[in-house]
Amino acid sequence: MTVEKNRLVLKIGGEAGYGIMSAGQAFAKLCTRAGLFAYTHTEYPSLVRGGHNVFAIRVEEKDIKCPIVQVNLLVALNKQTIEKHKDELTHAGGIIYDGEEVNIDELNIRPDIKLFNVPLLKIVQEAKGIKVMRNSVSLGAAMAVLDADFKLLKESITSAKKKSQKVATIMEQNIKVAKEGYDYIKNNYPEEFQVKLVPVLKQPKRMLLTGNTALSLGAIKAGCQFHAQYPMTPSSSILHYLVSKEHEFNMVVKHAEDEISAINMAIGAGFSGVRSMTATSGGGLALMTESVSLAGSSETPIVIVNCQRPGPGTGLPTRQGQEDLKFVLNIGHGEFPKVVVAPGDTTECFYETFNAFNLADKYQLPVLIVSDKHLASCNETIEPFDTKDLKIDRGLLLSNEEAKKQEDYRRYKVTESGISPRAIPGQKNCRFRASSDEHDEFGDIEESIQNRVDQMDKRMRKMDLVLKDIPVPKVYGPKKADVTIVSWGSTKQAILEAMEYLKVDGITANFLQMMYIHPFHSAFVKEFLESSQKVVLIEGNKTAQLGGIIRENTSFEIKHQILKYDGRTFFPSTIYDQIKEIHKNG
Amino acid sequence: MVDLHDLNRPGVKCTWCPGCGDHAMLSALKKALVMIKQDPEKTVVASGVGCSSNLPHWINTYGFHGVHGRGLPLAYGIKSANHELKVIITAGDGDTYGEGTGHYIHALRRNVDMTFICHDNQIYGLTQGQASPTSLKGTISKSTPYGAIEEPFNPLMHALIADATFVARAYAGNLVQMAEIFAQAIAHKGFSIVDVFQPCVSFNKVNTFDWFKERVYKLEDTKYKPNNKFKAMEKALELGDKIPIGIFYKEEKPSYHDKLPQLKNSPLVKKKIDNVSIKKVMEELF
Ligand SMILES: Cc1ncc(C[n+]2csc(CCOP(=O)(O)OP(=O)(O)O)c2C)c(N)n1
Ligand SMILES: [Mg+2]
Repeated sequence: MTVEKNRLVLKIGGEAGYGIMSAGQAFAKLCTRAGLFAYTHTEYPSLVRGGHNVFAIRVEEKDIKCPIVQVNLLVALNKQTIEKHKDELTHAGGIIYDGEEVNIDELNIRPDIKLFNVPLLKIVQEAKGIKVMRNSVSLGAAMAVLDADFKLLKESITSAKKKSQKVATIMEQNIKVAKEGYDYIKNNYPEEFQVKLVPVLKQPKRMLLTGNTALSLGAIKAGCQFHAQYPMTPSSSILHYLVSKEHEFNMVVKHAEDEISAINMAIGAGFSGVRSMTATSGGGLALMTESVSLAGSSETPIVIVNCQRPGPGTGLPTRQGQEDLKFVLNIGHGEFPKVVVAPGDTTECFYETFNAFNLADKYQLPVLIVSDKHLASCNETIEPFDTKDLKIDRGLLLSNEEAKKQEDYRRYKVTESGISPRAIPGQKNCRFRASSDEHDEFGDIEESIQNRVDQMDKRMRKMDLVLKDIPVPKVYGPKKADVTIVSWGSTKQAILEAMEYLKVDGITANFLQMMYIHPFHSAFVKEFLESSQKVVLIEGNKTAQLGGIIRENTSFEIKHQILKYDGRTFFPSTIYDQIKEIHKNG
Repeated sequence: MVDLHDLNRPGVKCTWCPGCGDHAMLSALKKALVMIKQDPEKTVVASGVGCSSNLPHWINTYGFHGVHGRGLPLAYGIKSANHELKVIITAGDGDTYGEGTGHYIHALRRNVDMTFICHDNQIYGLTQGQASPTSLKGTISKSTPYGAIEEPFNPLMHALIADATFVARAYAGNLVQMAEIFAQAIAHKGFSIVDVFQPCVSFNKVNTFDWFKERVYKLEDTKYKPNNKFKAMEKALELGDKIPIGIFYKEEKPSYHDKLPQLKNSPLVKKKIDNVSIKKVMEELF
């Protein structure tokens, strides 16, 4: 048997409430600190207790940016984990389980699989610990199976914040039981496993973070000072992260009474001159729609984040989907300028959020960031973000000195660009009213025909400038290719990896990533698609929403579609298989 | 110097019906701002949608005429960004006690230093005469042709239960007292609510100026002291032949934004944002 080094997927599963996430997180962290790259992916039902939770950590020495299906080592805290995931195991993969709880003979395990029977519960009980600590025992056992240094795990557990003596005691206990799990494997299963975990020599400091944390960092870097939100999976961690930093970064972060309140608060703060944001998921965004239109009519800069999850209705609250694109594009009654951007990975969550605040300020409009459960919750090992080229641009926001010099100030002055210099309350000589009613240059209600047309044209003119400001869609891969993939959002990295697999088979592919979707770079997209060979659309929804938007803007009909609406994420292998199929069938 | 003249907007036509109680409310608000010497450039009047919510257009401060029922959260954002501003919310009874009731209850709990003034005409004015949450039982209106069968919403009682720190009622037929109450409410450090009986001359044929004249009496003319919540509740329930107007309850408590350490030295809007360093928080993620 050849033993691989540092190339594995560890999957830990069990009932909700048994520390699956925290164990997985700890493993991803220790791998990151050992100089490896980790990418985590979790699946769980919308339950606090019970149900089936899994957390997978993919680890490699090279930078990886998406999850894969195969598992090398399955850590099963219950029987269901084995039943559901044993077929994902690679040849000669392993299962760590507690033989006192699981009758392994019933489960029809392939003979190539290595079984590691560890008395997880007994070890916890003998140490007078609580049941949830089985996660630490199993993690200790996993470290031993992978022939890794126990120190890595110990450091990972102790690096968490020790807020109290009680927490410190619990940590000690966890380390103790983890070591027992580790020793149990060393003593009872001394033979080598198919993969080893070895720290690499050079260990540059890297972060482990989710798209939601990256997005929050982007907002902080952009000087966002007000954030209001109502909790809703998968957006809630933005609220949690930002509120934990509100003192450090001079922000007011508010858990509002509902989403309608949250967006109106954010609009108020934007009007008052600070950069402001709100975040939610589909149902919450539905509640916000009227006020998105208010931001449009009052020309108030604001950033709105929609972390998608599958609908309709409450849908699949903790699962993956990309079903809100058309909803976001058409959000709000009436017609008003807005920007829609869909970052494709953790890194883009950071940079595009930073840019969203600039766009909102420069063009005085709402910017909608479309993320999803995958981006929101997958952890990725990443180099610290390079921030030296990030420049804040507040557009035509008047300084106090400029404001003082104003005579006959008109907040909604009809200008050639459509952008009017913006004053804020508290400034001298600029008293004005923002208004949701159609208004004249001063912001006062005015319904005359000429005024209506002038104001509508002025607002919409801004979109011409936005289109010039936003980048054209990125193309990955060769200029000419057998297959051209078109997609948006979190599918990006699975597509890029699938393209590598295709290359091995001699199939060339390129990929058009639609990131800024509104306004739409029609000419560029049309030309690119018309000069492509076989075009394949990939989306996480049933009705090919991006396909419709492309058709509307370019008249180009994408015939081949890979659509997924099962509530789960795209893996590179699924994309690879389906593209192979499409390629073969001509 | 702040004077009434500076608060007027002579070129802008006021569209309220002649005789509407809203006119007196606008005058009282301007008077109150002059009384407390409030700088109009540091004042924002925010509103939702309704006849009442058009008020920001007719007073020369900063203003934000938002969407129906959402004046309160809008004002929270305005105040959070710059807590040196005076923020006043003018609202309708349909607007806040109907469309935006949730926001009302939570605004009361927060004690944000703002003043909420409700033009309570017990009717939907702008949409031409449907019953509102404060319409009396039996009210015949376009939406209640057989008479309203629900109990009317009691805004003062809710304010007291939800721990508002300044609770008052005024009557648009008494401009002098109304201005005095507004002045005290705006000067109050914390959340102040003033519900104003404001007869709608076009659509409310029951709660007219004459109707109120017969019933309202001033708390200040009695021995009443606005420092006891239980007594205030008793007064808030007094809605029969005699109806009290004046300050029902007043209490000093730290305001919402006083409790936020990040606002101690200056308002958010005055802080520099062009060089925020995220180095340390990125290192926390190593
Ligand atoms: C979301 C929404 N729903 C309904 C309306 C229509 N609408 C405008 S004003 C109003 C009620 C006005 O009544 P009130 O708030 O009491 O104000 P008044 O006009 O009496 O001062 C309604 C229902 C609207 N503008 N927006
Ligand atoms: Mg009304």
